[in-house]
Amino acid sequence: MMGIDLKNINRVFQVGDESVYALNNVSLHIDAGDYISIMGPSGSGKSTLLNILGLLDRPNTGQYLFENVDISSFSDEQQALTRSEKIGFVFQVFHLVPRLTAAQNIELPLVLAGVDSEERRHRVDKILKSTGLVDRAHHKPGQLSGGQRQRVAMARATIMNPSIILADEPTGNLDRASGKEIIEVLEGLNKEGMTLIIVTHDPGLGRRAHRQIRMIDGQIEATIHNEVG
Amino acid sequence: MKWVDYFYFAFGALRGFSVRTILMLVAMSFGVAAVIVLTGLGDGARRFIASEFASLGTNLLIVLPGKSETAGVSPGSFVGQTTRDLTIDDALSLTRNSTTDRIAVITVGAASVSRGRLDREVTIVGTSHHFLDIYHWKMAQGRFLPKTDMRTEQSVIVLGATLKEELFKAENPVGEWVRVGDRRFRVIGVIASEGQSFGMDAGDMAIVPVSSAQSLFNQASLFRILIEAKNRDVLELAKKQIINTLKERHQGEEDVTVISQDAVLQTFDNIFKTLTYSVAGIAAVSLIVAGILIMNVMLISVSQRTAEIGLLKALGAKTHEIQNLFLVEAVLLSVLGATIGLIIGDIGCRIIATIYPDFPAGAPVWAIFSAFFVSVVTGLLFGVSPAKRAAKLDAVEALSK
Repeated sequence: MMGIDLKNINRVFQVGDESVYALNNVSLHIDAGDYISIMGPSGSGKSTLLNILGLLDRPNTGQYLFENVDISSFSDEQQALTRSEKIGFVFQVFHLVPRLTAAQNIELPLVLAGVDSEERRHRVDKILKSTGLVDRAHHKPGQLSGGQRQRVAMARATIMNPSIILADEPTGNLDRASGKEIIEVLEGLNKEGMTLIIVTHDPGLGRRAHRQIRMIDGQIEATIHNEVG
Repeated sequence: MKWVDYFYFAFGALRGFSVRTILMLVAMSFGVAAVIVLTGLGDGARRFIASEFASLGTNLLIVLPGKSETAGVSPGSFVGQTTRDLTIDDALSLTRNSTTDRIAVITVGAASVSRGRLDREVTIVGTSHHFLDIYHWKMAQGRFLPKTDMRTEQSVIVLGATLKEELFKAENPVGEWVRVGDRRFRVIGVIASEGQSFGMDAGDMAIVPVSSAQSLFNQASLFRILIEAKNRDVLELAKKQIINTLKERHQGEEDVTVISQDAVLQTFDNIFKTLTYSVAGIAAVSLIVAGILIMNVMLISVSQRTAEIGLLKALGAKTHEIQNLFLVEAVLLSVLGATIGLIIGDIGCRIIATIYPDFPAGAPVWAIFSAFFVSVVTGLLFGVSPAKRAAKLDAVEALSK
């Protein structure tokens, strides 16, 4: 079965003489096309889990199967390639490059992947249209509202057609209306088949997912299956 | 990632940090401009000297009395002999050599030249007819010394332009009489004010036949004999012939020195080349300083753009791609700086050339290329460490900045 399998993942940080378990023996299976929210207090390990899922961080021990491939042993280069092709990130603080326009920010993953400029323009135009950002294409992030910035960031996260979207508090810096809009876009992507994993503090948001994972002290405390609405 | 995109991205990054970029460019371009202007001056001086020599004719040989190796304490001084003088007869004997084209003798002294109450102390050059052609001087008025036997005294004089101004103002001096010491000379011509030629101010001098000068100064010796060889190829042979002829005339003693124009030119050439290299080296130090500045700028850039680097990693940028991005940025900085520097340097040389038209300031090609090359390599070298630092950043940590 395609999807993600984490088996007995440990992530230990060395703080002085002490070993702190950010993740302690975490096992998790996520189906392709699943919609999961990860909740828990600060320091519970949810961001670390997201970083490991996104191949930005490596576990100290344990096995990570990504679409049936063990990628714990991947080289940095191979992991970068997987991030580029399979994973889209959405951040709380958007992480747009301030000197680039909205269109250029969206184009960035294509540039890094070495897609030629003709194809790039075509794909960026298409996504600008579908996300309603055409008239914002040549604005720099500083000239955009929070909601618009996050829409640009999402367009960037999806331009490579990833199989999985990782969103770290995507609504954390937005007002309610913009936040709702963003969540609806993300859920739309999930309906199209992308796996959606959201880290959030917001219980309301957490309940919208198919499955809610509650973390505490680096361990999965509970998994709640929500009614799929 | 494609190479063209590296450049595009790096260029965008440089534009995004414009003040810092401009300061960096100023530092780099001044370094390069310094190399260009200084080598331009050095090489200009070299070419200036070379052209001065060329105007004297490159098949010129100069005979001076005494052997240069024995200058100071000559062997003769121990046996009661002084250095044998060069005489007009020596000069005349050289005219019979097959390689000799033209010959001129020089004897030099100082005397006052007066006309009425006007009086001026000038250099008196005693010489012969071919002197004018050998020195490539021109006449402004009248004619030069006649082609007569060097041994004949004649009371004729050719004036330098300045001296003519002093004594005659706007009058035509040809045919007039002037007094040199206690003798009277008739003016037959005026030298055109060609300026200076190797310390001899063509303006502030008077020229008389060599015999007249010798009796004026009461000496039988010559200061120099100038021989123009038939062509450049026989120069060495001409030199040998001159030495042999004079050795024979001086009872087998080799007591003259023959200098070729080439040898002197070569010496000057070497001196100025060395000078140019050393100023280039000194100026190149500023390129190293600029390189250190590049490193500084790039390190600041890396720490300010940590979040961006984290993002690029999240978006799938590979380690070497991040490294290349920053390297390209550093190289772009130095190439831009070097190009601007070349332009500033060129403008500098042109300004110098406008102010001193005689002085051919202009950087030699090797200096232009090496200034450019050194600055680009400096940019690359000093860009490596910041780029490595950027590439090594931990993605998670970088993103949280």
